[in-house]
Amino acid sequence: MHTSSRGHLPQLESEGILILREVAAQFERPALLFSGGKDSIVVAWLARKAFAPARVPFPLLHIDTGHNFPETLRFRDDFARTMDCTLLVRQVQDSIDQGRVQEETGAAASRNALQTTTLLDAIKELGLDVAIGGARRDEEKARATERIFSHRDVFGQWDPRNQRPELWNLYNGRKNHGEHFRVFPLSNWTELDIWQYISAEDIPLPGLYFAHQREIVERDGMLLATTEHLRLDPSDTVSTRTVRFRTVGDATCTGAVESSASTVADIIIETAAARITERGGRADDKRSDTAMEDRKRQGYF
Amino acid sequence: MPSTRQPGDTRGETPEQTGSAPMMDLLRFTTAGSVDDGKSTLIGRLLYDTKSIFEDQLEAVEGASRKLGEDHMNLALLTDGLRAEREQKITIDVAYRYFATPRRKFIIADTPGHVQYTRNMVTGASTADLAVVLVDAGKGVLTQSRRHAFITSLLGIPHMIVAVNKMDLVDFAQSVYDEIVADFGRFAARLTVKDITYIPISALEGDNVVERSTRMPWYQGGPLLSKLETVAVGARTNSIDFRFPVQYVIRPNQTFRGYAGVAVSGSVAAGDDVVVLPSGMATRIKSIETFDGPRDLADVGESVVLTTTDEIDISRGDMIVRPRNLPAVARRLDAYLCWMDATDLAVGRPYLLAHTTRRIQAIVKGIDYRVNVDTLHRDPASTLAMNEIGRVEIEAADPIFFDSYRLNSATGSFVLIDLQTNATVAAGMIRGETHDVAAATHPAAATATTVSAGVVWEGWNIPREAREARQGHQAAVLWLTGMSGAGKTTIGRLVERQLFEQGCRTMLLDGDNLRHGLCGDLGFSPADRDENIRRAGQVAHLFFEQGAIVLCAFVSPYAAGRSNVRGLMPAGRFVEVFVQADVETCRARDPKGLYAKASTGGLDQFTGVSAPYEEPAEPELTIDTRTMTAQAAAEMVIDFLRRSRLIDV
Repeated sequence: MHTSSRGHLPQLESEGILILREVAAQFERPALLFSGGKDSIVVAWLARKAFAPARVPFPLLHIDTGHNFPETLRFRDDFARTMDCTLLVRQVQDSIDQGRVQEETGAAASRNALQTTTLLDAIKELGLDVAIGGARRDEEKARATERIFSHRDVFGQWDPRNQRPELWNLYNGRKNHGEHFRVFPLSNWTELDIWQYISAEDIPLPGLYFAHQREIVERDGMLLATTEHLRLDPSDTVSTRTVRFRTVGDATCTGAVESSASTVADIIIETAAARITERGGRADDKRSDTAMEDRKRQGYF
Repeated sequence: MPSTRQPGDTRGETPEQTGSAPMMDLLRFTTAGSVDDGKSTLIGRLLYDTKSIFEDQLEAVEGASRKLGEDHMNLALLTDGLRAEREQKITIDVAYRYFATPRRKFIIADTPGHVQYTRNMVTGASTADLAVVLVDAGKGVLTQSRRHAFITSLLGIPHMIVAVNKMDLVDFAQSVYDEIVADFGRFAARLTVKDITYIPISALEGDNVVERSTRMPWYQGGPLLSKLETVAVGARTNSIDFRFPVQYVIRPNQTFRGYAGVAVSGSVAAGDDVVVLPSGMATRIKSIETFDGPRDLADVGESVVLTTTDEIDISRGDMIVRPRNLPAVARRLDAYLCWMDATDLAVGRPYLLAHTTRRIQAIVKGIDYRVNVDTLHRDPASTLAMNEIGRVEIEAADPIFFDSYRLNSATGSFVLIDLQTNATVAAGMIRGETHDVAAATHPAAATATTVSAGVVWEGWNIPREAREARQGHQAAVLWLTGMSGAGKTTIGRLVERQLFEQGCRTMLLDGDNLRHGLCGDLGFSPADRDENIRRAGQVAHLFFEQGAIVLCAFVSPYAAGRSNVRGLMPAGRFVEVFVQADVETCRARDPKGLYAKASTGGLDQFTGVSAPYEEPAEPELTIDTRTMTAQAAAEMVIDFLRRSRLIDV
């Protein structure tokens, strides 16, 4: 099935639904990785469409860094209820308390990397054989080669050198015991596609995505929100600005942008004209030019 | 999309205001080039000039360019993502890139150009509507360029753009470009790609990529991007034959049972009669459900849920089709196979065959030949190694419902999975069934492009299979092609006589007996020659359906015309026999005095003298009549029929 003249959003939607149904058909115990961010919201939205009138046949799983914006968490709970989905939450704090991981120290400390261990532990604990994610290939260069059905070895690692060929829409989800898959139904979407779809479908979003007043510190050109989790440095200057977030991850490393976009329509116009990628606002990607590839090899989302 | 909206309604605003583009469509294309053809630079250039690159990406590329000791920004670094690629300056895996213009969203399958080339290009080509093949103007058409063209053709990509790159290095010389176009065209004539566009470009300097170049005034066409923006999408979508592989059964309660999936080709409406394969049970579409409400029609490519009026057992892997438009059903398949794994193909060993939503064990029974993708030669082979393509016979544990890949890529494609490692080891394109008597495929499908969607093939009153069963041999069309005087009719007559003596139903058609009647209105212009062969093919097809072994002796100089006739018959039933002789031999024989006439100017458009003859790229048989007697040639043909189990005498 290739293209028709129906326009790009219905085609992307149909492809996403097809992928989610393949997941349900090919795997025993899937879970949808849900952060409360717009991409995972869109995946959950597609999942509800894929299985209607039945319930979504797998739970939403949130790996909570403990550093989330409180409004994201409230939204997460409401959204899961509205979608009639089961929500499971696993805490990075638990992994720290169990000594499975060590908290980073210093001003740039982030719990982003620690999520990997909590996620892999949750996969083992819940007996998951596939985790569905909202990653897109346009986000970062390492993702451009990743398959829609992406194989993970027994250690949860991705081997970019040894990926299975993926042809037509024949997805191969076969695996050996202990291995699992990550599946990315939004692989072929761009940030603009996501926003256009949210607009066309009137999908609810956390308020963080829209322009609001907030206390901000500026570091390395990035605007970080002052929260209880961000350690302030003596050199930091705090100011109140009108900002919004383009991603809503860990509050300590997710940068805001100055913006007055207060509706989805405003955001689409802003996105179409944007000159910085959304990951460009993330401190963890700035650590090295291939930071994402290195994390993914270790089992990151 | 739901039709109701809540607060924040943007209805009434123009697309420019909301940024949404309701009429924007989607083109998937693949790019192929060798290591140094400048493919990454071209993609970088497309992204850069369409302003699809963000400032932070540009800064990163500038930084990386400096690190690699380059004084200008290296656009190729925009796309060469993985660390190893950066270090070796090569692309190692299929990577997907995205950009959009106000008219269209584009998905590029960027396929690398070194040893793993074939496997990666086949992967990228499997979903593409168009292929961009790069040729280095300084190096001309290399072996790799031919390989790219062949794979484009094999994977059924309808449009190809040959981008002659690095024109800046040859001073934008038209002569260099013209020579490459002619060279490429000679090879491409042997392939089935219908639409080829040539564009001279410089990816490095941006000529004819997004903007028209002012440095090549001799080139009249538009830049690459305008072709990408205007080419028709969906040319490989089959909108005629309704096929609905059931993906997943949705059963929330005792009162609702729905079948989730996509109409991979054709469409279906509520109330339509359908048949479920493999059970063959007939029922009717009760409703077409989506989250956004019921629909009247499920069109090709749409994810829907079907419900039926009868409670019948339908599960994943079943296929819902129309009763009068069935796919072929067979256990044994004739297919092209591209091997993709480091471990060679093991003939006779079971693999898992993934076809639509079915998974069936299958073995490769035998390898007819391996295609040398650089020369198109057929080599005998006992296995296929990584990146090799062969024509094979597959035997599946259960019947498969399929169409030939050329007609329907969704039901004509499959992959093989290794049962031990679970790796995807091969990609397959089905040509047809082998030897099995197929269920009634509709023979007009091969020319479906010229049949309006409303025409339903009713089938023959007495099916060919019944006629074949009664007469004890299969029907076939033996197509003898070659220059005038090569010996086509002579061999055809001997073969027919021998088959007739053995009790076979036969017919012989040749240029003379058709041109005196049915084709009496036609001359020898290329258009008239095409029409002559089209009519000959249709007549042959009628005799074929009547059960005959039809011997056709026609010069038939054009590959496309012969290929169209081939498409009328099921796979394995059209036998192309290339009757070969050089012009000198033919002239010496000159049974009809035509060469003598041609040489004195009494005949224009005479094949081999003043009109071209396109040699068959993949004939089933080649007979060199300079070294073989007509009787020996006839024996060879009979022997082929016997080995193909078309006759049993």
